[in-house]
Amino acid sequence: MSAVLPISESVEPAKGTSAGWLDAAFEQLTRFFALLVFSLLAAILISLVIGSQLTLDKYGFRFMWTAEWDPVQENFGALVPIYGTLVTSFIAMLIGVPVSFGIALFLTELSPAWLKRPLGTAIELLAAIPSIIYGMWGLFVFAPIFQIYIQPALVDAFSPVPGLGALFKGPPLGIGMMTAGLILSIMVIPFITAVMRDVFELVPPLLKESAYGLGATTWEVVWRVVLPYTKVGVIGGVMLGLGRALGETMAVTFVIGNAHQLAASLMAPGNSIASALANEFTEAVSDVYFSALIELGLLLFLITTIVLALSKLLLMRLARHEGAAT
Amino acid sequence: MNTIVSAISPTNPVYRARKLQNKVLLVISCLALAFGLFWLAWILGTLFYEGGGALMRASFYLQMTPPPGADGGLANAIVGSALLIVMGTLVGTPVGILAGTYLAEYGKTSWLAFSTRFLNDVLLSAPSIVIGLFVYSVYVAQVKHFSGWAGAFALSLIVIPVVVRTTDDMLKLVPNSLREAAVALGCPTWKMILLVTYRAARTGILTGILLAVARISGETAPLLFTALNNQFWSTDLNRPMSNLPTVIFQFAMSPYEDWHRLAWGGAALITLAVLALNIIARMLFHKKD
Repeated sequence: MSAVLPISESVEPAKGTSAGWLDAAFEQLTRFFALLVFSLLAAILISLVIGSQLTLDKYGFRFMWTAEWDPVQENFGALVPIYGTLVTSFIAMLIGVPVSFGIALFLTELSPAWLKRPLGTAIELLAAIPSIIYGMWGLFVFAPIFQIYIQPALVDAFSPVPGLGALFKGPPLGIGMMTAGLILSIMVIPFITAVMRDVFELVPPLLKESAYGLGATTWEVVWRVVLPYTKVGVIGGVMLGLGRALGETMAVTFVIGNAHQLAASLMAPGNSIASALANEFTEAVSDVYFSALIELGLLLFLITTIVLALSKLLLMRLARHEGAAT
Repeated sequence: MNTIVSAISPTNPVYRARKLQNKVLLVISCLALAFGLFWLAWILGTLFYEGGGALMRASFYLQMTPPPGADGGLANAIVGSALLIVMGTLVGTPVGILAGTYLAEYGKTSWLAFSTRFLNDVLLSAPSIVIGLFVYSVYVAQVKHFSGWAGAFALSLIVIPVVVRTTDDMLKLVPNSLREAAVALGCPTWKMILLVTYRAARTGILTGILLAVARISGETAPLLFTALNNQFWSTDLNRPMSNLPTVIFQFAMSPYEDWHRLAWGGAALITLAVLALNIIARMLFHKKD
């Protein structure tokens, strides 16, 4: 940003006149709305804490590692949805991160200039498709194909492997945590790719050209020059994708199976925090049930806020580093 | 002498291995792109294959959501969705633009502006279902009934961070010389912002609004606990309101074949609208450069 005189000071004489009064009013108006945005996250947090008072008092921290979820007996624990949320997001990252890296690499280093924009836009359109569409497509189109062709193959391939076997046990149902994770991985690709592409383009051409000049291959330039330079930003992008995956509701709700059970197998149906909320919230009849669901929302909000804040901090660190270097 | 092989000689095994590694990994990179595009094509293909037929029928747009087994359309859901989106945008956009204006024109690098930008970016990716819970707690639970207003309010909370972010970014792109010229002519700051910087950043801000509209058009989670759903024709924002995403959710999860067909039609309609908005926004933005 170039050095400019602060404008409000440069028009000092206008104070006291009608224009000066309007100036102050306009500034205060915009400041009011900025403060509103500023306090929104806190307001959400407070409202969720108040809403979940009942279960916060009743269970305390025990809520987080109790697996029981029994609306009839009014016993609630969040372990199953927390587990489902983490497992599905982990699968999504496992697939989404390398694929996004490959796409970002293609778009920044390999693609001919005229293809960059159309291909980049096409990948970004994946993010524009509403999540309910992913869910519906997952339930009606992907899950049956997964059930018939992919799931039995996975079970056959992995179940004899010691250790891994337990993850791939069970009847092929089509829906379950694996399916949810796979669909989430498609959904996070555009977000991670966009950040990776942006930070890859921050690398000074001089650095890359020096490496090429020394005889490095494209891969060596990306792996040894581009990636170390943009490490912080890449992690920031991954965290952004993770934040998205953790909070994704509709796509997961359709395909995860919505079963309150703790299963080691990835093929088994499970539940995630967001899908438990989507399915059960309007059916909650008792106050405790209600409060338990709001506490689930509170947990989700806390987890995603921390992940997203970390992502933002990392990306800001890269930006500052970049600012200092140039 | 002839035992030394040049580093880039085709006979040097290290060089060959590096070349091979490079080729393999670049092919994998191309496959990654193909992987991404494959899902896009598959999803869009299915959507229009399954839903295209419904989109062609007039009854889809003119009739109410039917009970299972009967013939019908999604008229009430389409109108409800449109109303919710319009109201959500009308409420969210001014708030977002004004807050963004503060960040870019007044706050700049101050503590308040810095932290507001930070919190806004977190809000931008916050799970939308939590927004729904929030609106439920502060509005629906207080007035004790689901309503269109609550849905519009929830959608506006999703519009705000998108608009704040783009307004802030776009106003920052406006050259300072424009501002200085206006002030040098004796223009007060508020007038300078309204008449000069807004005008210079107009396309960018409009792009942001269009993207925000695209984003809320498909949002389902925040509407589940706010606008709920309504089987009948209703334009009363004080009552539960039918909307496309929740109807799609309800119909797709049902066991009825004809409800599924309508759900596919609705899904194709939403996706068409969202993709069109995205592409228009992009074209607007790139025309400017």
